[in-house]
Amino acid sequence: MRHVDRRYVVVLAVLAVVTAVVVVGQAEVLASVLSGGRSAWWLVAVVLARGVVVWGGRVVTQRFASSMKASLRKQVLRGSCGASGASGASGSSARAGSVATLVVKGLDAVEPYFAGYLPQLVVAAVVPVAVVVRLSFADLTSAVVVLVTLPLVPVFAALVGMHTRDRTRAQWAGLAVVGGHFLDVVRGLGTLKVFGRAAAQAATVRAMAGAHAASTMRTLRVAFLSALVLELVATLSVALVAVPVGLRLLHGGVTLHVALLVLLLAPEAYLPLRAAGAQFHASAEGLAVLEAAAAQGSSPRGSLDLILPDGTDKPTPSSTACGQLADRPVASVIGTRAPDLRRAEIVVDRVVVRYPGRDALGGMSLRITPGERVALVGPSGVGKSTLLAVLMGFVTPASGRVLVGGVDLREVERGSWLRQLAWVPQRPTLFPGTVGENIALGSGGDVRGAASAMGLGHLVDAEHALSSGERQRVALARALVRDDARMLLLDEPTSRLDSGTEEVVLRATRQLSSGRTALVVAHRPVMLGEVDRVVTFT
Amino acid sequence: MRRLVLAVAAGVAAELAGIGLMTTAVWLIMRAAEQPPLSALTVAIVAVRALAVARGGMRYAERLAGHSAVLRHLAEVRGRVYDSLLRRPLNGGDALTRLVSDVDCMQDALLRCLLPGVVALVVGAIALAATGFAWPLLVGLLVTVCVIPWTAYALAVRHLRALAPLRSALAERTVVLLDGAAELTAFGALERELAATGHVVDSLAERERRGGSGTAVLAAVAVVVQFGVALAFLRSGAPAHVVLGSVAVLEVTVPLASAAQRWAEVHGSVRRVREVLATAQETAPPEADLPVGRVGVVGASGAGKSTFLRELAAAHPGIAKGVLDDAHVFHATVEANVRFARPEASQEDLDRVAALVDLDVPWDTVVGENGDALSGGQRQRLLLARALLADPEVLLLDEPVEGLTIAHGDAVLERVLDQATRTVVLVTHRLAPLVDFDRILVFEDGRITQQGTHADLIGTPGYYRDRWSTERMAGRSSHDTSTVAGSHSPSNGTNCVNSDDSTGTPHRRSTVPVI
Repeated sequence: MRHVDRRYVVVLAVLAVVTAVVVVGQAEVLASVLSGGRSAWWLVAVVLARGVVVWGGRVVTQRFASSMKASLRKQVLRGSCGASGASGASGSSARAGSVATLVVKGLDAVEPYFAGYLPQLVVAAVVPVAVVVRLSFADLTSAVVVLVTLPLVPVFAALVGMHTRDRTRAQWAGLAVVGGHFLDVVRGLGTLKVFGRAAAQAATVRAMAGAHAASTMRTLRVAFLSALVLELVATLSVALVAVPVGLRLLHGGVTLHVALLVLLLAPEAYLPLRAAGAQFHASAEGLAVLEAAAAQGSSPRGSLDLILPDGTDKPTPSSTACGQLADRPVASVIGTRAPDLRRAEIVVDRVVVRYPGRDALGGMSLRITPGERVALVGPSGVGKSTLLAVLMGFVTPASGRVLVGGVDLREVERGSWLRQLAWVPQRPTLFPGTVGENIALGSGGDVRGAASAMGLGHLVDAEHALSSGERQRVALARALVRDDARMLLLDEPTSRLDSGTEEVVLRATRQLSSGRTALVVAHRPVMLGEVDRVVTFT
Repeated sequence: MRRLVLAVAAGVAAELAGIGLMTTAVWLIMRAAEQPPLSALTVAIVAVRALAVARGGMRYAERLAGHSAVLRHLAEVRGRVYDSLLRRPLNGGDALTRLVSDVDCMQDALLRCLLPGVVALVVGAIALAATGFAWPLLVGLLVTVCVIPWTAYALAVRHLRALAPLRSALAERTVVLLDGAAELTAFGALERELAATGHVVDSLAERERRGGSGTAVLAAVAVVVQFGVALAFLRSGAPAHVVLGSVAVLEVTVPLASAAQRWAEVHGSVRRVREVLATAQETAPPEADLPVGRVGVVGASGAGKSTFLRELAAAHPGIAKGVLDDAHVFHATVEANVRFARPEASQEDLDRVAALVDLDVPWDTVVGENGDALSGGQRQRLLLARALLADPEVLLLDEPVEGLTIAHGDAVLERVLDQATRTVVLVTHRLAPLVDFDRILVFEDGRITQQGTHADLIGTPGYYRDRWSTERMAGRSSHDTSTVAGSHSPSNGTNCVNSDDSTGTPHRRSTVPVI
């Protein structure tokens, strides 16, 4: 319950109390109507009331589940876009896929948890108590029978669960292997065919699937035992209550009204427990997804990748983009204003960057004077793009530092620093929207002018898919729009561009780097004619 | 099928026992109120106790029989799906994953839709007959078996249809947002894009709330109908056990609404599996001429190199084998993954190919799902070992040393090429190994745009020559660390970040403008 808003628990408690009142009331009215006490109109009223409670309960829980799901979705999005910032880190698109699965499909599992299991759990805590209390006023013996048998349900469920836990766990672990086998074989069908083993595998598939069925049944035979106990306790208690009450009625020990009330109320004590038990699976799945969402939402690694201190134009903490402020010392959050790159020198001082499993930069040093144009060359994977990521603050060095005009980049207020940079990534991302919106990305510069300069003038209002060459031009236009940027960071695409785009890239590089500091990751000899100095990575 | 009938029978028996328990208990109490001799109640007392036990036991039997029937049926479906995939392959990992989850969904279709539906129908029919087709029960059953489930189904279909575009928009936006998070941050546009995605999330939530209210109304109507029937019986002067018995009967049919909703979710899966099973005709293998000698294939990613290799393999089954780009590593031991290429291979054969490709993973290591327990380089060497063990007439190699360091990759590839005496078709992004190949094919936009020997191609302007000069530019300093790439830099000279150990950790050596 710790995941849940306290107000929702209160709402659920109120709902459960109302449900208990309606349940007891309905049994009361039915008993008195059947024993000839009250008019049937009472029954009409109580049935309508029950209908309203059912409707209201569903609407309230559904509403809460939907808004809870929406806020979890936003939380995961916000948390995980921080973790994917490390540009140049491989495998990020696979991660994007798994986050998308969690956001869209995975979080659906919280709905049965919030709207089904939790309300049922609260009802299971309240209704049996109400039933026992009402019974104790009507017929103490029956109340005692229910009170004694009721704990048997959870106790037996726990006993069966404990007795079978290890066995069930081993079975489920086995199942996961066997169940995954079919997907594995089907995925590998192409490979099996290449080696001429596909037909031979068909028999194995059937044998494995058969074994899967058999071993699942062994597990279920045990797992269903707790349901059997639940069922038996509930029905046997009805028999235990009904038969003695009938016998006492025979001797005039109780009235018909009380006897009927006992018979009608006794099953209602067990019903919520059974319903909650039936939703146990939903609860396990929902909790697992909530944990996954919590892990994504506060990505442990994410904070090092993308931390945005408050910009001057974004004063409230809530406007801080992805990442957690708490992980950084307060001083760096406030930060000093970035020195003006027209005068400030950039010094990369023995910077080491480690990605999980590999070193991307090992003690790199470099000095860039204002207005200097530097090319970085070297085989792929040596850390050229990582250096750009360090300069933009997406990656925090494991050791070493970057100084801008003598100030450590970590202490520089990031918004004012990023505003001085114009970045042209190797594989630009296109966001939903028009080409014009993609070029502007929120800035108010001359979008049409930049688009025309890149030969995209006719596409400004278009939304259709772009070729890789056109994407590259969009990225260049993005940089062009920011004419107040002081430094160009250009990551030249490794893939071959069509000759038209190649020409445009060259022209734009010339235009973008004139009068600015420029750092160009170059893959083509022709690029090296545009710079003052070449730095070779090996 | 026999098991399914058994499950239905047990389910009907369980529900009838439940209804019988309620009816008999009410009858017992109403009769006891008339204070007859005890002997008049003995049968009812025994019946109540027996039915109470029977209900639990029967329910357990129903669950076991139902699951057993469905699991065995699914085993058969899996076998048939495999057979039809064998005849007509399905392309794309996503399509396969969906098909496999579709097969799993059939379990729900049978257990949570078909089985309760049939049980409810049979129980309803028996109850109707037992009450002599009393009209309140008839109406109640019609509403809870037909009207409400049908409405629930229609609502669910409409709801799912309305959600689908929003869900795919959210999925698309999430992927783009994560892929482009760095760019958005650099351009100060992350907040704006997060807000736009948040807007999609909100409209999705709004849709879900609207869909939920229809279901809530149906649930309320079901409760009112259930007790409305009891009320109607009461007004018509039926005895108490019939009144409460009818409530118990409708208790069985009311859950059909959620079964119908579930059916709306899974019937697409059932249809897709049926379609796959129905496709009987085999797809004709593509036609492709077998190359001879040593053939290199180069081109930008997406230019059609891997497709070319896959078509070669498909067109010449049993002749052309090797490492393809979609090569699968099975969740089994390393040995099983290599040996299946030639099951009769001896241990010496296995050890020989392992030594050739430096495969240093113990044979009994379980490689994990899709080889996840292996490193990228180990996985690649496993695939190479498998290809070498098969020893085909035409050895296909698609980027066989990807994931190995350049020097190690070159060494392994050289040994593999020395070993393979017959035809080899090698796809590579690194051109150095192709220098002495018989023929090199250059792919651009899905077709061959240039071909010839290495010497031919570096003499002609185009992709190959560009790549060659790039490769030389990037690799130069590793061959010759003392000279710098000065010819390209008009001023200032070059500072160089070199490596003098094999792990490739760069550190500074030269001294030009450094700190």
